[in-house]
Amino acid sequence: MADPNKEIYRPKIHTGSVLDDVDVKASRTLDDIGVEILPLHTGGTVHAKRTGGKFRTFKWLAASFWIILFIGPYMRWDGSQAILWDLANRQFHIFSLTILPQDIWMLAMILLFFALLLAASTAIAGRVWCGYFCFHTVWVDVFTWIEEKIEGRPAKRIKLDAEPMSFSKFKIKLPKHLAWIAIAFMTGFSFVAYFTDAFQLWERMLSFQLGSVELAVIGVLAVLTYLTAGFMREQVCMGFCPYSRIQGAMTDTETVMPTYDRDRGEPRGRAKRPKPGEEAPVLGDCIDCRMCVDVCPTGVDIRLGQQFGCITCGLCIDACDEIMEKVKKPKGLIRYAAINEFAGKALPPIWRRPRVIVYSSIMAIAAAAMIWGLSNMAPMDVTVLKDRSPLFVQMSDGTIQNKYEVKVVNKTNEVIRAQVEVFGHDNLVYIADRVADVAPGTVGTISLLVRIPRSEVGTDSLPIDIVVTDQANPQVVDRYRSVFHAPK
Amino acid sequence: MAQHNPWPDEGNTGHIWDEDIRELDNPPPLWWMLAFYAGFVMIIFYALYYPAIPLANSHTKGLAGWTAIEEYKEGKGQLEAWRQRTFAAEEEQLRTLDVTEILADDNLRAYAVNTSKVLFGDYCMACHGWGGAGNPNFPILANDDWQWGGTVKQIEAAMINGRVGNMPARGMMGNLTDEEVVQVAEYSLALSTGDGDKPEYAAGKAAYAKGMCMACHGPAGKPVAPIGASNLADGIFRFAGVPGNLQASTLDSYIYTIKYGVGQKHVEGTRIAEMPSFKERLPDADVNIKRLAVYVHQLGGGQ
Repeated sequence: MADPNKEIYRPKIHTGSVLDDVDVKASRTLDDIGVEILPLHTGGTVHAKRTGGKFRTFKWLAASFWIILFIGPYMRWDGSQAILWDLANRQFHIFSLTILPQDIWMLAMILLFFALLLAASTAIAGRVWCGYFCFHTVWVDVFTWIEEKIEGRPAKRIKLDAEPMSFSKFKIKLPKHLAWIAIAFMTGFSFVAYFTDAFQLWERMLSFQLGSVELAVIGVLAVLTYLTAGFMREQVCMGFCPYSRIQGAMTDTETVMPTYDRDRGEPRGRAKRPKPGEEAPVLGDCIDCRMCVDVCPTGVDIRLGQQFGCITCGLCIDACDEIMEKVKKPKGLIRYAAINEFAGKALPPIWRRPRVIVYSSIMAIAAAAMIWGLSNMAPMDVTVLKDRSPLFVQMSDGTIQNKYEVKVVNKTNEVIRAQVEVFGHDNLVYIADRVADVAPGTVGTISLLVRIPRSEVGTDSLPIDIVVTDQANPQVVDRYRSVFHAPK
Repeated sequence: MAQHNPWPDEGNTGHIWDEDIRELDNPPPLWWMLAFYAGFVMIIFYALYYPAIPLANSHTKGLAGWTAIEEYKEGKGQLEAWRQRTFAAEEEQLRTLDVTEILADDNLRAYAVNTSKVLFGDYCMACHGWGGAGNPNFPILANDDWQWGGTVKQIEAAMINGRVGNMPARGMMGNLTDEEVVQVAEYSLALSTGDGDKPEYAAGKAAYAKGMCMACHGPAGKPVAPIGASNLADGIFRFAGVPGNLQASTLDSYIYTIKYGVGQKHVEGTRIAEMPSFKERLPDADVNIKRLAVYVHQLGGGQ
């Protein structure tokens, strides 16, 4: 490890490194950062050991969040699907809420909120998303759990993989792939079930009547899930995923991440009984058991320092703590720690870090905008199209008539009885062709004629207000400003 | 090109430029080449299957008998079939119900209006303008000035039968002098602003009586029945300008109309105000005339 010719980190040669303001000589943990060529696992499939521990438990809890994906489509609300992204009818149903395209800006707020949540959590504790919540991590975790249940522990699996294909090998492998395919299929199916009624989708599928788009989406997602979670695994995180790169760049010297305490651990080695006449070598706490490497789902060696292959899942911490307990040494040889801790600087409390403050204020603004939008969502949206051919006509009684088309969008879940009134001139007369009953989520059209005596419209156009009231619920009112045209 | 090949074993073609730039012979994999040649073979099948080879006056028809126009018609047929299937109930109601019943039904009226726009553009707009805005010498349909009546029934009848405007030249008996024609014209114009009873138009009023104009246009310029006579008491004028000069004044326009009449076969220069019958012109006229009548009725002036 200690190669005198190694290229050490030199402050000020690189610009803008998080280590520029840190005394790297204060700790060997820091001194060695970036020294090794951080290796990618290229030795074939990573067969990680599975151990227990608090991070393992937390990973299962976090993963169970994704159960919602599978049961979500079957939830009902008022007799229809609770969460339904009805693209065909351009309506998004979330429980009692119906969101029409007019209110889609709120979706941008949701995206902003979660983007900043990702940034904030990464600033505090590194790749929390990658390690515990990311669907890829979770699916790989479940897939490998199944693999272990069916094929046995890693050593057995490595041996099995090395064997030539035979009937007995096939017999062991088949159930695993069937289970994977089943999960992969349900992943694709559940995704599509958010866009159409889930029960009808089952019905259509079982009677071979799926539409081509449905079939294609389910198929593509299922195949991708099977391939990425079953075979690509950590290569997806290292080679495909942009978030892992972005998040790696969002950490700083105050971010806590799983780190190997080199000062405490090195020189590593197994304590041997000294031969007579020899002095016992001075060893660190690391007994070089390689458990941290064996349990790593991405196959990295955390002892080389924090690195881009690390998804910060904490499993190495679990494994190391278990060993430390056995060898009666203090836990935390590998632990969540920030660069500044090794440099001897105190970590400021979370709420006094500028990045956290900025991120959470933006999150608060996005959340506030979303809540405001949801609570103030107009139940009705009125648009008036002025008929432009003809712009106006003169009537026999000497009035000027303009024609309008009033479009009423019903964003509520009740029928709206839309009645039109027009204001803007004392001698104005209007004729609406109907009181429109507008069904929820649809658009009603009312044809409107407005007349003003020619002698009283001096200018060539004047503003008029078209007010639509819901007769069934008179608090629901919307007005639209349009113009009345008259001859010059 | 170098004579000497310093890289004999790398599979280059022997073409070497500038000492070291050489052309290598790296053929694509066999499977790729086979697919490439298979593509050529497919030409034969395509040429046999589809129309392909131009001949002197014709072309080979291909075994499939495929033509672009047939494919287009097939697609259009599918669309039509879908329409007929989807709107069968509405179409059936349009066929069986009377046009006043269609007008009274909110949904049917909306359906009739929405399916009329193309028809109106194809058959009506050339004269009456988009949205019934009218054109010089062609009536506006968006106002309530109807010479032949503005109920939906009367609009329907106009389309079924057509309308031919008829007004004798120089009064009903053709006995108005040039001077009287001008007086009548001035009087008619005064009627439209409500000034007909002023003393300066007394001569015109007398000539109006002499020409028996009131037989059609009514005693004060208001026709008593929708017989095709225009309402002189409103500010809406049936004809614009004079032939050859659409900018001529309304008075000149009136004088011309009175002098030459409307639809008088034996009067040279007479005005023409004719709308043909659409019973034969419109496809599926039984339904489409009703549809268009409802559409025209809601343009702004239906009664």
